Amino acid sequence: MDFSIKPVGDHAVKIQFNEAVSPQLNRIIKMFCEDLEYAAIDGIEEWVPAFDSVTIYYEPSRLVYKEICKKLRHVVPDDGEDAIVNPRHVYVPVLYGGEHGPDLKRVAEYNRLTEKEVIVRHQQPDYFIYMLGFLPGFPYLGGMSETIATPRLPEPRKLINAGAVGIAHEQTGIYPVASPGGWNIIGQTPLKLFDPNNDDHAFLFRAGDVVHFYEITEYGFSEIKEQVADGTFNVKLK
Amino acid sequence: MASQKILHVHKPGILTTFQDMGRTGHQRFGVPVSGAMDTFALQIANILVGNKRDEACLEITLIGPELEAYQPVTLVITGADIQPAINGKRIRMWRSFHMEKGDRLTFGKPQSGVRAYIAVAGGFDVPAVFGSKSTDLNSGFGKIIEKGEIIYGHHTECCKGFGYSSQSVPIYEKSIEVAVIEGPHTEQFSKQDRQQFFQLSFTVGANSNRMGYRLQADNDAITTAGEIWSDAIPFGGIQIPPNGQPIILLADRQTTGGYPRIGTVISSDLPKIAQLPPQGKIRFYPISVEEAQQRAIRMESILFCLEKFRAGLEVEK
Repeated sequence: MDFSIKPVGDHAVKIQFNEAVSPQLNRIIKMFCEDLEYAAIDGIEEWVPAFDSVTIYYEPSRLVYKEICKKLRHVVPDDGEDAIVNPRHVYVPVLYGGEHGPDLKRVAEYNRLTEKEVIVRHQQPDYFIYMLGFLPGFPYLGGMSETIATPRLPEPRKLINAGAVGIAHEQTGIYPVASPGGWNIIGQTPLKLFDPNNDDHAFLFRAGDVVHFYEITEYGFSEIKEQVADGTFNVKLK
Repeated sequence: MASQKILHVHKPGILTTFQDMGRTGHQRFGVPVSGAMDTFALQIANILVGNKRDEACLEITLIGPELEAYQPVTLVITGADIQPAINGKRIRMWRSFHMEKGDRLTFGKPQSGVRAYIAVAGGFDVPAVFGSKSTDLNSGFGKIIEKGEIIYGHHTECCKGFGYSSQSVPIYEKSIEVAVIEGPHTEQFSKQDRQQFFQLSFTVGANSNRMGYRLQADNDAITTAGEIWSDAIPFGGIQIPPNGQPIILLADRQTTGGYPRIGTVISSDLPKIAQLPPQGKIRFYPISVEEAQQRAIRMESILFCLEKFRAGLEVEK
């Protein structure tokens, strides 16, 4: 595996993998993070996997740059040959359109489709989670159909609800917390993407998961929402 | 230790929040670190009142709050000089003091710096989210201190008059030079642009906050090749967006971003940035990672020695 190690300030290094971004590279990165966890190198505080890199934060008073580089060279795998991991599939219910998806019409008009066609095309792909970032629990999803790509809103909204499902250019995403934003909101999921009070399962998604969206009715939405609130809803996983 | 009412908020100030050393360990799930902007002033404050170095303090921004003591407490104020006073009488900063029941702590005009820290002996009682008491408004963790609010704490007996030596107290300038380690997206910039970055003088824009400082070069800009694959952003990372005006990413930054970064401010210079006001001037100079780490280790040893010294005094008492 071809990679380079670069300093990112005096408290972090970035492992840059010199490979094209793909689910395969993502699995290699995932394996590397597991090896890093297992290696338990003293002085390393945390790491952040991304599309084609892993950034490792460390404490220089316990481990200086030269030492961490040397230790990391022992962790990085030589190749990704045995990187066969079965991804977890997470099924995400979405109520599309109406007041929960105020920009569904805009996305349909921009792409000269009907609203129904947008909903079908949004549900079709297996979306791959390359990384989490931007907001707590926010998944960077790959795989959306270019036929429903839509530029951001000219004027960002002051408030988008947690659970809003949106499109920005060729990306689709879900807002984990209420936030201002310029995404085209096409629907809403009743699921919680993160729960700071749940220590064991604080986050719905992990990097490397595959996400499937499925349409629900208004009735289904309120039913699931209630169950999520009671803690009785089981997210469909495979 | 039972938690008690310690302070009543008569005036909140403009941005008064609880901050500690940040919410580390969850960045891979997108949880921002947040935490104190000036971690040096925060740690000194905690040491002076005998707390753990990473205990939460109140971070005050330019305009201070007005606080009344519910019971006798020992406090210390470090960081920006915002002219603190008890019952109208000015008090020394960087030195622990007592407040009796009914005493009022007020602040005046900012003299130097932007952010001050109030530590209370025993620590504030604030709920922790993902292991940190830091307020992170973007993520919905904690909230700004409000008028009428009651602040709780774990009161402990502590001596007043523990001070940080006045020769060592940092001086906050309005025009600063900070060291930068180049990268990690060096290949996104021409050699000429990288040289220019170190020659220009930048001004801190009004639209600067705990997330980041927007800088403006006088009649100039840095050109970049565009976007990169999103990656992790450290405290002090310097992003160059398409308009060519750098943004230094600070405590409340998002965990990841997609603009190329020309460099990272070294950790021991971050307090200078945290205390640089809007319209402040900033210049950058390059440094090696080895030299930067020597400075970081020196700063850490100052804190370590002070902490040990303070603990020793407590034993003698």
